[in-house]
Amino acid sequence: MTKEEIVAGLAEILEEVAGVNPEDVTEDKSFTDDLDVDSLSMVEVVVAAEEKFGVKIPDDEVQNLKSVGDAATFVLNQQAA
Amino acid sequence: MTFSRIVSMGHYQPSRVLTNDDLAQMVDTNDEWIQSRVGIKERRIADSETVADMASAAAEKALAGSGLSAADIDLVVVATTSSIDRCPNVATRVAKKLGITAPGAFDLNTACSGFSYALATADHAIRAGASKNAIVIGAEKLSDITDWTDRTTCVIFADGAGAAVVSASDTEGISPVLWGSEPDKGDAVVIEGWRPYIQQAGQTVFRWATFSLPKLAVEACERAGVKPQELAAFVPHQANLRIIEPLARKLGAPDIIVARDVVESGNTSAASIPMALSKLVERREIPSGAPVLLFGFGGGLTYAGQVVRCP
Repeated sequence: MTKEEIVAGLAEILEEVAGVNPEDVTEDKSFTDDLDVDSLSMVEVVVAAEEKFGVKIPDDEVQNLKSVGDAATFVLNQQAA
Repeated sequence: MTFSRIVSMGHYQPSRVLTNDDLAQMVDTNDEWIQSRVGIKERRIADSETVADMASAAAEKALAGSGLSAADIDLVVVATTSSIDRCPNVATRVAKKLGITAPGAFDLNTACSGFSYALATADHAIRAGASKNAIVIGAEKLSDITDWTDRTTCVIFADGAGAAVVSASDTEGISPVLWGSEPDKGDAVVIEGWRPYIQQAGQTVFRWATFSLPKLAVEACERAGVKPQELAAFVPHQANLRIIEPLARKLGAPDIIVARDVVESGNTSAASIPMALSKLVERREIPSGAPVLLFGFGGGLTYAGQVVRCP
């Protein structure tokens, strides 16, 4: 899976979980500041991402995933591992 | 075979209302933030009332509605995690206040799941012949153990009490309980030390409550032999509207009544289920005899649920 594909997958999740317009989802966007995803919605995004990408995202790691790019990189590294 | 059933309910809340606007004067928060994160509009905070005062007031109402007298009660069980005094326990203080002269009387602490544990314990005592008429109470004064400078917790917690009179019955009015815990996640909610305050890892609790608990709530129904769609109502612990709504949705029973007392009462830990149920009964929203799923969950992490027949 490429990083672009992961970002597209995250956009689908964000639309479903938090009603975010998929066009707004780019690597530089902050979940909380730009996309208005609060801490509880972020948990739903993480759980959906775990299922969609077949990875494990520990609770401790969630706070480090500030931007869409952070999350895509984390998923990419997990898939490679 | 002897079973047990809930005969009557009662609840008590302090008169002092604390609104979101009031909280915005105390910490950096606002009404919109609180409503969107936890769904709470206002909550009740005790002034001089103790846990035992609130427990007694709720129990008095439940007893008055039961048709029984204090002399009939042989067991008092109080679920609480916020009673500061260790001895005498809350249960004996309630008994003294109500004139119940020689009951078995004990407190039980499983934090927010406490009422369902206490109700199961009373049910077991009655099934075993150790009690005929019990009072089961959930009572909390969380304002005593809330850090009023911590905006992540002080917007959530509140005070109150709810009580049920539980009597022996020929029919099963309280189903076998599904109870359990996840000790490995204990750090997610803590009230620790000599001057304890509630601290919680909100995201961890939210994830557990919305992704691990739904299947357990369905299992509690299976244990009772009731399909979720056959329930009249679902009364989960009133933790947070953002937890209650997905939990209810995942039961797969869209038409049943779901208790949302958290909006007006905040999170009152072990008191939240009996308060919410008592209000539904008082407003006659559930027909007598209809099945209601109670499901408590919280610190420990612990959980317990059972299906009861509405009094």
